[in-house]
Amino acid sequence: MHPAFSVIFFTVVSGAGYALISLLCLFNFLNFGMLIDKNTFFIIAITSAVLFTMGLISSTFHLANPKNAWRAFMRFKTSWLAREGLLAILFYPILALYLYFIYIDMQINNFMLMQYYSFLIFTISTVIIYCTGMIYACLKTIPQWNTIWTPINYITIGFALAALIFFFILNLNGYDTTSYENYILSMIAFSLATKLTYYFVIRLPKYNIADATNAAVKLKSTNVRLLDVGHTGGTFLTDEFGYKVAERKLFRIKILSIFSGFIIPFFLIYTYSFIYENIALCSLAIFLSFIGMISERWLFFAQAKHVVNLYHGVENV
Amino acid sequence: MRLGLVVDLDKCVGCNACAIACKQWNTSGTSGSLTDYNPYGADPSGVFFNRIRHYETGNYPENKTVHFPMSCMHCEEAACVTVCPTGASYKREEDGIVLVDPEKCMGCNYCAWACPYGARELDREEGVMKKCTLCVDRIYDEKLPKSERKPACVMTCPTSARYFGDFDDPNSEVSRVSSDRGGQDLFAELGYKPVNKYLSPRDKVQVNQHEIREPNLVTKVKDWVNKVVEL
Repeated sequence: MHPAFSVIFFTVVSGAGYALISLLCLFNFLNFGMLIDKNTFFIIAITSAVLFTMGLISSTFHLANPKNAWRAFMRFKTSWLAREGLLAILFYPILALYLYFIYIDMQINNFMLMQYYSFLIFTISTVIIYCTGMIYACLKTIPQWNTIWTPINYITIGFALAALIFFFILNLNGYDTTSYENYILSMIAFSLATKLTYYFVIRLPKYNIADATNAAVKLKSTNVRLLDVGHTGGTFLTDEFGYKVAERKLFRIKILSIFSGFIIPFFLIYTYSFIYENIALCSLAIFLSFIGMISERWLFFAQAKHVVNLYHGVENV
Repeated sequence: MRLGLVVDLDKCVGCNACAIACKQWNTSGTSGSLTDYNPYGADPSGVFFNRIRHYETGNYPENKTVHFPMSCMHCEEAACVTVCPTGASYKREEDGIVLVDPEKCMGCNYCAWACPYGARELDREEGVMKKCTLCVDRIYDEKLPKSERKPACVMTCPTSARYFGDFDDPNSEVSRVSSDRGGQDLFAELGYKPVNKYLSPRDKVQVNQHEIREPNLVTKVKDWVNKVVEL
């Protein structure tokens, strides 16, 4: 698949944004014996809103006809894209009311209401990331995406990025985060584990050229050779789906994404927590992690092979 | 009604006339134009609703060239319709034709991602997705004589390899020819239940190849004599 930067940016950044608000509300709900003060709470909430809004805006850049983008919520009954869009829009007033309640100290006046509300925000924002993943996972035409590990990856990677930002802002505001360091580290490790599982699950191609033609051509052997694709120049389909990249480059990007996205940030946070406390390590971890996750998402697209390639001479997808 | 096409792969000679007729009719039809990019330049490209591929199957002497036209299958479980977020892509209740409403399409390409047959192409100039309409602006045109109320590709096919009709009517030509010859779905594993059917090539008549006989004493002597004479 052609890796469109607007879509890569959208999935990574809005995923991190929704995961950040989700994490904040989960934190508020579980109430680890540490109440985040209003100021820090708003800094985190606004960072999250800025991130997912930037992501959503970026997602409209790949539209060929953006003036109809407002219609994108119409078919939420069947389309994951519409569900994602609809929830993302509905989320704004829900979040605004929540933040208003935090502002007027509802947490002190009506604790139970805010408990439920926090859990609601946690759920909706996680479901939005799930919907983003399902946009890709529901496509049977792209075997590398058509797995439950796609939305799982979207959620875990969103949460790993969010955990780094959350940790950074808490430390910046002078919170003692000693008891949460292990959570942050395990979040990064867990996201890496799910990503590696994904790579394992998609390691083999699912369809070959015979699957795409056999029934119609009714062959006795699987020996089918494409003589001519029926067009002399490139088409929309070859541009969109025929993205080819050398295996060696894919491998390099994979190594880059694993180290920059997971392993180095893990050790940076580890160093920060147990060896050398300097906030620059945290910001470096966030920066590297974003680079890593962007390249991970680039790989997610570049590695995906659409079945239509089987009609363009690709042996298997 | 369940309108669709049957393509007889035994008759198709791969002449591309259906693709040209399709382009000619539809470029001025309801989904027109079928934009060409850089048509007279070094690297021309453009929108087509129908593409003809050519395959070779099997090994010599049982090999065969198969010409393989592909257009929208007007699937019963059309994923391109269900994934469309705007509702621009729709499948008509009355005849099952899958169409795009250009007034609603936002050009997100998602339907093209969902289609395994490559039936949808984005018109980059208009910014909307385009696809085979089964010549909806032709098959219902009462100004045309009844015999011409068919898709342009079916009308033009010089070998009559393409049939058009209603699969819900068991007596229609498409139903009969499809049940007689065992019409096949393309890429059925994906479960989109394509309406269009393909008639597979019949088995080739087996031609016995000339076998080289084991040389006996007489032929050996003859061969030797021939050699000597040639010297």
